[in-house]
Amino acid sequence: MNDLIHHPLEEQAILFIAALVIFSSFLMLAQKRLASLVNVFAWQGLLLALATALSAHTQQSPHLYFSAGLNLTLKAMLIPWMLSRLIVKLDMHREIEILLYPSITLTAAASLVLFSYYVVLPIEHLSTLATRNAIAVSLGVILLGMLLMVTRRQAIAHVVGFMAIENGLFFAAVSATSGMPMVVEMGIAFDVLVAAIIFGVFFFHISSSIDSLDVDRLNRLSENES
Amino acid sequence: MNGLLATLEPLLFIFISPLLAGWIKWIKCRLQNRRPPSLLQPYRDLAKLFRKTPVVASHASWIFEATPYILFASMLLAVAIIPSIAVHLPTASIADVIALVGFLALGRFFLILAGLDIGTAFGGMGSSREATIATLAEPAMLMGVFTLAMSANTTNLAIAIDYVLDSGLVLRPSFVFALAGMVMVAIAETGRVPIDNPATHLELTMIHEAMILEYSGRHLALIEWAGQIRLMLFGVLIANLFFPWGIAETLTPDALTKGLAAMLAKLMELGMLLATAEMMLAKMRIFRVQDYLGFAYLLSLLGMLSHVILEVG
Repeated sequence: MNDLIHHPLEEQAILFIAALVIFSSFLMLAQKRLASLVNVFAWQGLLLALATALSAHTQQSPHLYFSAGLNLTLKAMLIPWMLSRLIVKLDMHREIEILLYPSITLTAAASLVLFSYYVVLPIEHLSTLATRNAIAVSLGVILLGMLLMVTRRQAIAHVVGFMAIENGLFFAAVSATSGMPMVVEMGIAFDVLVAAIIFGVFFFHISSSIDSLDVDRLNRLSENES
Repeated sequence: MNGLLATLEPLLFIFISPLLAGWIKWIKCRLQNRRPPSLLQPYRDLAKLFRKTPVVASHASWIFEATPYILFASMLLAVAIIPSIAVHLPTASIADVIALVGFLALGRFFLILAGLDIGTAFGGMGSSREATIATLAEPAMLMGVFTLAMSANTTNLAIAIDYVLDSGLVLRPSFVFALAGMVMVAIAETGRVPIDNPATHLELTMIHEAMILEYSGRHLALIEWAGQIRLMLFGVLIANLFFPWGIAETLTPDALTKGLAAMLAKLMELGMLLATAEMMLAKMRIFRVQDYLGFAYLLSLLGMLSHVILEVG
C-alpha cells in the first residue's frame, strides 16, 4: 500500500498543493465577481509555481526552477494584472454575474474530477515519479476550466477559463514527467501572453460594437432581432 | 477501575461545559471592551433555572415535557463515546461516529417536535429553520467523518485517533479539507454567529431560541445545558480528531492528568478562536445558509476526493 506516510515531506507538500490547486478551480466556479475570479486565478498561478519549484527540488531538475519563475511572473502576476486592469477600464468591476444553478455546477465539477480520476488511473502506472497521483488533479483542472467557459456568459470569464486549462496542462507536464522541454515551455508561455493581449484588444472591439461582453448576445445576427 | 473512569469522564465533561460557554462569553466581552460576567455565571444561571417551577402550556402534549430529558440524555450518550481525556475508554468502543451523529440527530428531532408541539408561530418557524439547517449540515458532517474513516480504515473514534497519533505529522490534504468542512458544520450545528446568534431574542433572526421560547424552569435549564454540552462536544471532537497530541493513551493517573490539561488547553484555544471569529463576522441572511452549508459539503467532498486521488494508489 503506497500510503502518504512513506513519502518525504516535500512530496507530501506537492500533493497538498495539488489539492489546493483543484480547490482553487472549484472556487473559480463559485465566484460571482469578475475581479475576485481573476484574484483566485492569480492564486492558482502562485500555487502552481510553488509546486513546480518543489518538484524541481525533489526531482533534482534545475530547469524546472526556470519554469516556476516563468509561471510566477506570467500566470500569477502579469496576466492577472492585465485582466484586472481591463476589468476596471471596461467598468465591470462592480458587476455581479448571476450564476445559473451554482449547486448543480459544483456537483458537475465534483463528478468531472471523479471522471478524470478514472480516466487517468491506467496512465498513472506508466509514470515513475512520486507525484504521479497529481495527474488526475491536472486533468480535473483542465475539465473544470472548460466547465467555467461553458457556464459563464462574460467573455473575460471565458479567458480565465482558457488560462486555467493551460494551467492544468502545465501542471500535468510537471507532475507526470519532469516538465516539458524548455523550448516548448517558453513557446507556450509566450503564446499565452500574446493570447491575453489579443483577447484584451478583442474585448474593446466587442464591447464597443455591442455594448456588452455578454457572449450570448453574439449569437444574434442583427440588431433588430430581439 | 475502567468502569469508574467511564462514568467519571462524561460527568466531568458535562460539568465543565458551562465553563466553556462562560469562557467564550468572557473573551468576547473583553474584545468588545465590556466588563465580562464571572466565568461561573453560566453555573449560576443554571442553578437559578433549576430552582424555578416550570410553567407548561395547557395544550402541551407529553412530547413537550419529555423533550428536555431526551435531549439531555442523548447528549450524555454522545459525550460517553467521544474520547476526550483518554483514548481507550471502555465506552468508546460501544458505538462509532455514525452513532454519534445519530445521537445528535435524535436530540434535535425531539427539539423540533417540541417547537411545533405548542402551536405558537415562533416555535414552528424556529423548527422549520432548524430542520432546514440540519438536513444540509448532516451530509457535510458525515462526509467529513467518512474522509477520516477512510484514512484510518475504521469509523470508531478511538481507533481513528490512535491512527492519527501513530502516523505522526503528515501533510494530508484530505484532513485539512475535512477539518475546514467540520468547523463550518460545527458552527452551524451549535448555532454560533454566522448562522444563528445565541445572544439575541430578535424575532425574525432567531433559530434555536425560537424553538425553546415556551420553556421555563428546569426544562429550560436542561436545554441550555444540553446546548453548552453540544458546543463542547464539537470542540473536543474537532480538537481530538485533528490534533490528538496530548491525549492520554494509557489509563495511569499521570497520563490522565496530562490528558485533562491538554484537553482544557485545546478548548481554551478553540474558544478564543471562536470568540475572535464571531467578533469579526456578521450574521448571515437565512437564505444564504444553504450556500454556506453547500460550501461546507463541497469542502468535505473535496477531502474525500483528495484522499482517493492523491493519498492512496
